[in-house]
This record gives sequence, C-alpha cells and structure tokens, in this order.
Amino acid sequence: MIEILNLTKKYGQINAVKNLNFTVEKGEILGFLGPNGAGKSTTMNIVTGFISSTEGTVKVCGYDIMENPKEVKKRIGYLPEQPPLYFDMTVKDYLSFSADLKQVDKKKKQSQLSDIMELVQITHVKDRLIKNLSKGYKQRVGMAQSLIGNPEVLILDEPTVGLDPKQIIEIRKLIKALGKDHTVILSSHILPEVSAVCDRVVIINKGEIAAIDTPENLSKGFESASKLSVTVAGPKGSVINSIRNIYGVKHVDDHIEKDKDIISYVIESDKDVDVRRPLFFAMSKLGYPILELKSMDLTLEDIFLQVTTEEKEVG
Amino acid sequence: MLAIFKRELKAYFLSPIAYVCIGLFIAVSSFFFWGNLTGGNGDFNSNLSIMNFILILIVPILTMKLLAEDRKNGTEVMLVTSPVKLSSIVIGKYLAAFVVFLCMTVISLIYPIILSGFGSKFTMQLVGGYIGFILLGACFVAFGLFASSLSENQIISAVVGVVGLLLMYLLQSMSTSFGGVLGTVLGWLSIFSRYNDFDGGLLNLSNIVYYFSFTAIFIFITVRIIEKRRWSQG
Repeated sequence: MIEILNLTKKYGQINAVKNLNFTVEKGEILGFLGPNGAGKSTTMNIVTGFISSTEGTVKVCGYDIMENPKEVKKRIGYLPEQPPLYFDMTVKDYLSFSADLKQVDKKKKQSQLSDIMELVQITHVKDRLIKNLSKGYKQRVGMAQSLIGNPEVLILDEPTVGLDPKQIIEIRKLIKALGKDHTVILSSHILPEVSAVCDRVVIINKGEIAAIDTPENLSKGFESASKLSVTVAGPKGSVINSIRNIYGVKHVDDHIEKDKDIISYVIESDKDVDVRRPLFFAMSKLGYPILELKSMDLTLEDIFLQVTTEEKEVG
Repeated sequence: MLAIFKRELKAYFLSPIAYVCIGLFIAVSSFFFWGNLTGGNGDFNSNLSIMNFILILIVPILTMKLLAEDRKNGTEVMLVTSPVKLSSIVIGKYLAAFVVFLCMTVISLIYPIILSGFGSKFTMQLVGGYIGFILLGACFVAFGLFASSLSENQIISAVVGVVGLLLMYLLQSMSTSFGGVLGTVLGWLSIFSRYNDFDGGLLNLSNIVYYFSFTAIFIFITVRIIEKRRWSQG
C-alpha cells in the first residue's frame, strides 16, 4: 500500500531523515515512534507530498509521489501536527470547503459530511466558528477533514496531543475502528498509545530507523529475562530462601515493605521458565498467602529508551 | 480553483478587511471628488490617476493575508496536499482579491454618474481610463499576491507590497530623468507610464498585453516561490 524506499531529506548539511525503508500493508495501523525532532513529521510531510525528498521514492497504492502527485494526494487523508483549520469558518463550511478541495462528488457530499461529523462527534458544533472551539474539538475537526473523500490511507501526526484523557481514549477507539478499512500511519511520542492502537511499530531516532516490528515482538526481542512481582504475607527471610530454591530463579530483590509481614519482591528468572506455579506451591506449603502476583513485561517505553540511548552511544 | 476562490471571497467579506479597504478607498477618493464638485471640474480622468496612487496603499493591505495567513495557520498543508494544482490554488486566491478590487471600481462609478447630473458627458476617454484602471489594478493585485508569498508575516507582506509598488511608481519619473538606454529600460518596467495612454482614451494593444503579461508573470513567480519552498524547507 505504502512503500518507502531509501528516503532521505537533507536540510543543508543536516539529515532530517536518512535512508528510511519500510512498507505498510493494506489495512494495517503503523505506529511511528520517536523522540521530538526524530524526523517523524518530516517523513509524513514527504509521504503526503507537502515537501519533497532529497533522495528516495515514496509510492502510495502503486503511484509515485513525485511522478503522479495528484493520484497519491487523492488517496491520502492527512492530519498534520497542527490541524489545518480556518478559524474564521464554521465547522460545516470548513468541511464543505475541504470536500470541494478533494473533489468529492456534489451529490454524495452532504451525506458524507454528516456521516463524518457523526463519526467524530462534532455534529452539535457544526454551526460554530472554529476559533471558538476547544482544543479537543479543533483536533476532531482536523480529524474529520482528513476523513473527507474516504481516502484509503490516513496519515495522522500526533492525533491525540493536547487532548484530555477521555478524549484520547475516544480518538484511539476511533483510529482503531478506522484501521479496519483504512491503512493508517500514526505518529506519536506517547508509547502506550502506540502499543494500544498499532499493529506494527517503527521506532525512528535521529532520522534513522532504530527498530521495526510488532509491539509484542519488540517486547520479546529485547527481553533477556522475565520478571515477576509478588507480594507475600510472611516473614522475609524464609520467603526469600524458599523463592531462591525454585528452579529457574536467577535473582530475588527489592523487597518493598508494606507492612511488617507483607512484603513485595521482584523475581528475575530464565526467559523460558514460568516460575509462577512452583512459586504458588512453595508459598502454600509454607502457609504464606500470596496477595499479589503479576508479570512485569518490558514495556515499549523500556525498549524505546534502550533503542534510542544505544543509538546515542554509537553516534 | 472555484472552491478556493469562493472561500477566499467569503473570508474577505466575513472579516473586516474588505470593508476597511473599500471604506478607505471611498473615503480618500471622495475627498478628491469633493474638489471636482467645489471646483466645478467635470473631468473625472484626473481623479482616476489619483485613485491609482491610492491603490498603491490599499491593494497590498487587501492581498497581504492571501498566502501569508495560510502559512502561519498551517492551512497551507491542507491546500498543498489536496489533489488541486498549486497554480489553481494561487489563481483562485488571486481572483478573490481581484473581485474585491472590482467592487471598489464599481462603487467609484458613482462619481462620474454624479458628475453627469451636472451636465458632464461620458466620454470614451473616461471608458479608456477605467479600462486602464482595472488593468493596472489587476497588476497591483498580482504584485500584492507575490508579496504575500514571501513571508508568513502579513505586515511584512503589506510593507513589501507598498514599497515595491512605490518603487515602480518612481520608475516613471526616474526613466525620464535618466534618459538614454537606461531610461528606456526603466520605462519598460514602469507599469504607470503605460497608464497615460489609457488616460488619453487610447487602447493600445501592446499596453493591454503588457498589463496581462505583468499579472501573469507575478502569478507565475508566486507559484514558483511556493514550489521552491517545498524543496528547500519543511
């Protein structure tokens, strides 16, 4: 659906983006993750045809952005970092203008506009001037604009930035729903967002791809040991001793005392051994109840930090 | 192109800017018209020449927001990434500002109509003057549009527009004072010296072509400037 080959963008001597290579399949939600200034927006601006690349090619649905910009632009809905809104227009007028720009069929226009306004829940503000809307609503209007013309590809640059937690959840749900019949590229520097919504993640740092995989595989790949957190009601010494005797346990530490007799431990064990069952039996044999037991998977956050700091050391 | 033209035109009349420009134009031009009435002067062509000069100050204010505002608000992204040609975008915007200018021109027709009430005749000279006035206005709008593409700051766009047009105005007298080859070359560049023929009721084809070319060239340069920015910056 989207093919990016050797994409490079230079600003003078500085490489904003260097040798990017990745493809996005039809119906996939791809997360684009990176610290500020990593080149996320630059890449998105190139894919949508707003700016040109220095080298490399971008193909959307088989059309090259340089050779056939009109065909590409027809198929892309773009929500830039700053929603492109005309503050002096009402929501309805603005979306209608956007539909005219995207050459939506006049007969279908009205029904499409009302469908989209319903979808992003802005129908009740349609007659208000955009400048009087709150940030969250402005973001939604920007989102609505990107959906007009029912483009096959959606490119969303930090769609949830500046929204309150409830709105963030709503927008994420919306993106997930859209992902069913659209191809989506979503950029973010918020990690839980990407792991919640995306099928695949590209981590980009200093203009280069640092990692690319599914969120699950990324977690697995970077894990060298599995970690458990357990809270047991029982005397510290005997609990630690008994845990250490379980097969596969490499390390026990960090006992946080919640109470004199209720203590939390972090257990590190071999990657392919599940120590939860033996742990349960060991504790029940001693008569110490387990109050809490949870696995501590490597979060995308850990991977992100790991990947981006490794890069720094090399550079 | 039509969508952009409609939006821009609506934006002009929904914001104070069109009213301020038209109002300013009426205020200043009626001040000079007062001279006609009190002085018993039935010749309106001299007023048109003065109104040309007023346009130097008014048109850049009218056009300053055309492209600068889009850059500042980020709406440029939406326009450029839509499946519309860059030239259509620019021409749509140009036409919107030109229509506002035409509104001023139409309003100014009231002056010769009033004069005709005092027995002054509609002459071909006046028709020629108005054709020249409209063509010159078309050039001003194109130059203002060009100035608007240079900066994302509307004030800078307006200042560049006014200063640029003033320089062109001065070229007229500079070309005569220099004389020789330099004078001739400067004379070619002076959009105002061409106006004199129209003012005399002369419809010279080369002058009409000149004004159309001037307009087209500045629209073209504007498109190229936006195009170039896509290549050099983000």
